[in-house]
Amino acid sequence: MGNFSDRGVKQSIDWKLVVSYLLLIVIGWINIYASIHSAEPSSIFDFNFRSGKQFVWILTAMGLALVILFAINPGFWRSAALPMYLFVLVLLVVVIFVSKDVKGSHSWFEFGPVKFQPAEISKITTSLLLASLLSQTNFKITRLKDFLMAAIVIGVPMLVILAESETGSALVYVGFLFVMYREGFSGWWIFSIIIAIILFILTLTASPYVSALALFGVIVVTGAVGSGQLDHRFWINVAVLAILGLLPWLSGKVSGTEGVLAKIKPMYILLGFGLVSLILMLVKGYKERKRHLTLASLGLLAGITLIFSTEFIFNNILQDHQRKRIEVLLGMKEDPTGVGYNVAQSMIAIGSGGLKGKGFLNGTQTTFGFVPEQSTDFIFCTVGEEWGFLGCLVVILLYVFMIWRIIVDAEKSREAFTRIYGYCVASCIFMHLFINIGMTIGLMPVIGIPLPLLSYGGSSLWAFTILIFIFIALYRQEKKYY
Amino acid sequence: MTTEGNNRSRILLIGLVAVAAILLGKLFFIQIIEDKYKINASNNSMVYDLIYPTRGIIYDRNGKIIVSNKVTYDILVTPREVTPFDTLTLASALDVTPDFIREKMADYSRNKNKIGYQSVVMLKQIKPEVYMKFAELQYNFPGFRGQVRSIRDYPVNAGGNLLGYVSEVDQKYIEDHPGEYRPGDYAGKTGIEAAREKELRGEKGYHIYLRNSRNQIERQYKDGEMDKEAVPGKDIVTTIDADLQQYGQELMRNKVGSLVAIEPKTGEILSLVSSPGVDVNMLADISQHYNEIIKDPHKPMFNRAVQAPYPPGSVFKLVNGLIGLQEGTLNMDMAYPCYQGYHFGSHKLGCHSHASPLKLEEAIMMSCNGFFCYVLRNILENKKYKNIDEALDKWNEYVQSFGFGHKLGSDFPSELGGTLPTSKLYNKRYGKGGWKFTTIISISIGQGEVGVTPLQIANLAAIMANRGWYKIPHIVKASEGVEIDPKYYERQYTMVDTTNFKKVIKGMWRAVNNGPGTGCTAAVAEVKGLDICGKTGTAQNPRGADNSVFICFAPMDDPKIAVAAYVENAGFGAAWAAPIASLLIEKYLLGETTRPDLESRVMQGNLMGRVKAY
Repeated sequence: MGNFSDRGVKQSIDWKLVVSYLLLIVIGWINIYASIHSAEPSSIFDFNFRSGKQFVWILTAMGLALVILFAINPGFWRSAALPMYLFVLVLLVVVIFVSKDVKGSHSWFEFGPVKFQPAEISKITTSLLLASLLSQTNFKITRLKDFLMAAIVIGVPMLVILAESETGSALVYVGFLFVMYREGFSGWWIFSIIIAIILFILTLTASPYVSALALFGVIVVTGAVGSGQLDHRFWINVAVLAILGLLPWLSGKVSGTEGVLAKIKPMYILLGFGLVSLILMLVKGYKERKRHLTLASLGLLAGITLIFSTEFIFNNILQDHQRKRIEVLLGMKEDPTGVGYNVAQSMIAIGSGGLKGKGFLNGTQTTFGFVPEQSTDFIFCTVGEEWGFLGCLVVILLYVFMIWRIIVDAEKSREAFTRIYGYCVASCIFMHLFINIGMTIGLMPVIGIPLPLLSYGGSSLWAFTILIFIFIALYRQEKKYY
Repeated sequence: MTTEGNNRSRILLIGLVAVAAILLGKLFFIQIIEDKYKINASNNSMVYDLIYPTRGIIYDRNGKIIVSNKVTYDILVTPREVTPFDTLTLASALDVTPDFIREKMADYSRNKNKIGYQSVVMLKQIKPEVYMKFAELQYNFPGFRGQVRSIRDYPVNAGGNLLGYVSEVDQKYIEDHPGEYRPGDYAGKTGIEAAREKELRGEKGYHIYLRNSRNQIERQYKDGEMDKEAVPGKDIVTTIDADLQQYGQELMRNKVGSLVAIEPKTGEILSLVSSPGVDVNMLADISQHYNEIIKDPHKPMFNRAVQAPYPPGSVFKLVNGLIGLQEGTLNMDMAYPCYQGYHFGSHKLGCHSHASPLKLEEAIMMSCNGFFCYVLRNILENKKYKNIDEALDKWNEYVQSFGFGHKLGSDFPSELGGTLPTSKLYNKRYGKGGWKFTTIISISIGQGEVGVTPLQIANLAAIMANRGWYKIPHIVKASEGVEIDPKYYERQYTMVDTTNFKKVIKGMWRAVNNGPGTGCTAAVAEVKGLDICGKTGTAQNPRGADNSVFICFAPMDDPKIAVAAYVENAGFGAAWAAPIASLLIEKYLLGETTRPDLESRVMQGNLMGRVKAY
């Protein structure tokens, strides 16, 4: 139980974090009101509308925050991490079988008027268990056994949530990679994953040629960085890449002519160069025992494989509707009334806000229902339309401040558990922020995921309140006793 | 570990800031740099609810309304809002069969995706009485509503071809008038409606509403501040005399042909009848009757008065006579023999029996063919000209000055120019030097290669009345806000002097007023005290009986009206055309006829049986 006298509430709680939390909640509430406000204005407190309901959610969330801060011993979270994790895991599995189909996903429990999504709670329990696991004194993430343990803690709920067809929520778990990185996991892996994603997208949106060219570029640059020298070989490589980059254009010039020239496709030349340099790198790497050269050649091989398998799978294995969805997600097809309708509407709403926005309740796009899910997943549209770029700037800066503050606090913690948990919280908020806002402005595919603290909905608000306030409580405890 | 940790923490914080910068960068781009989204947004949520202006009213020359507007209702359906309803009640309220509604609803459900949340027109132009019945029950039928539409109303039967019709624009029309029309707009397509479409149509206005993505209107944009009111179309005052037009329509009933009356001093068209025509009752909703009209073998949509090229027949003798006088190849004392016609070689151009030889005045009065063969021969064989080619082209020039062989330039749409022969035409047909006067002798009496419209011969009547000039016939008078081309105020002089006209007009007067039994051709047209001057014509018609032609003007000394009547397959000019034209003059000058027997014979005459449909 909390002890009020030790250092005093004022000093021990990170008030800046609490204030940014409160600001975001209020901003969310106001924008929920704006997003449902139509020709017949109602009170923001009207319980028949979402703004009124959200007010109730906010009050209860604050109640929860108080309980976490003052009624629960912060030590409880660490000791109860495993049973809570397992309990939520059971809920995650059960919900698949008992829930109704909501737009293809099975993730909601319904008790009369109250709906509840265990995937939201799962973020908390996973964070707690991960923090608990990684903070064990004998845990070393570079050890395969330990790494696999951590991967299981993250991966199991992630896969179950994927099975619920909640792609967005599952994607959030990718954020735990940042936690692992902070705790010593190789940065090269993170780098490789990001490069792989970029190559995948480039292959589909541009062409395998461009993608392969980009891969070569990455190999050349990382090779140079790895060896630590920008010598003549680097510049030769750059020159070759530049020529290869111009090749499709040159070949377009001569493709009209008959004969041998027309038959040599730029792709073959590129692959020829790739093969030659691959062999050269392998031989040189082996002879001179330069590990980075061997790794680079392996990376090249993996990259080429990825590019061609992506293209093959996309064109030959995926079915039409799957292909269409990916095409729209990647902005390859203009389809404002089909799958891409939501993004198009959302970007129109945000774009029409301009610098200062149209003003509170004056949004035409969001209040008239052009934007789907406007009070939940697309709440940022209302911010963008009614408060403009300045409003977006304030909201994003608030989030950045909050995440920054959590990371700084986490780094200041003496307990590894608090630090790792703090990183988990920061990663969750970050992933939600990036995916959600990225989705509304066309940077990310449309995957339903709420904007933390802003979006309408009890599950989400409660989950983030608990997530954040557990950290505030843990951090406060440290300050209190050390 | 701690330093390494701090290092990694710093990298993560940099990553955080970088991602935030990417988000803000993209936001900056779409919110501040790119305009596309702002434009899209206004299309997206603002509904321009078009307000159609009321079309201008069309008046006759005396201020009588001949075309106005009346209110009807369209019934619109928004299929997505329709709930199950009682088909029978709705059918009886709308005065349609239940099957009609069932079919429509089935059709909408088939096209459900195409229609979406939009409204479609289920019924067009229902009467206000029917609409009232529906409106009382409307609350039972969510998704159904009425929309006011103004359509044309015709208080006077002034003839569909004269007034013209208004109908929805099609794709081609929209393309031909770039930027002026949108699908769903209406435009005047023929007649006066088309001639003055620009004034009559007015300017569309709009109310801007904000709508949601389900196409539901939520409220007015800026409380209507940005709305634009419709500007009603301008009223048009025509030169038409509604009573005369209506009377003309009655005279021409059951006959095929045209009746055109012009006020000679001004060139104003007093009436323009093309028979058979489109009934004004069909005009308001012409698309409903389109098939019926198209199938009619007499082509009611074809405005014969301005579009039919007819041989003028003997009325053309006036022109040849005048040219002869002007050229000096004819004078009042010349007399030519006529023995049942003009003989050349083994051929002859026949004529009826009359006294012989004749001078010009009698030749006009009796419409002697032989005399006018000599007249044209003298013109074409005039020594003044090098050869017949040159003489014919001079003749052509003369005839052109009478408004023939080219469009008169009236403001009535789709006017036809007619045909006139030239030396070039004959050289092409017969070879140079391969033709002479006798080859083309039929143009002496207005046959052969001469093709004129009824409007052109009415104009000839006006030229006769004015003794040598005309003003371009037109249908619209200048009125407040409506201007007409200044060319309509200018006198167009023929190449023949006024003095020569006086000589010919004497013959025209005698043709009507010389008294029965004296050989005058148009005694039937005589009205005591009106001094009608006229000239009959009997034009060959390859499709059956001759066409009956008559042009006239009255009174002789101060002409108020010039008329041309052209009745297809009606025989001699005196048989139908002369009575019709003279009755019209009588009506105009006296208000009613002094010859009720003749009037009823004309009105009851049905010549449709003689006309070969084509």
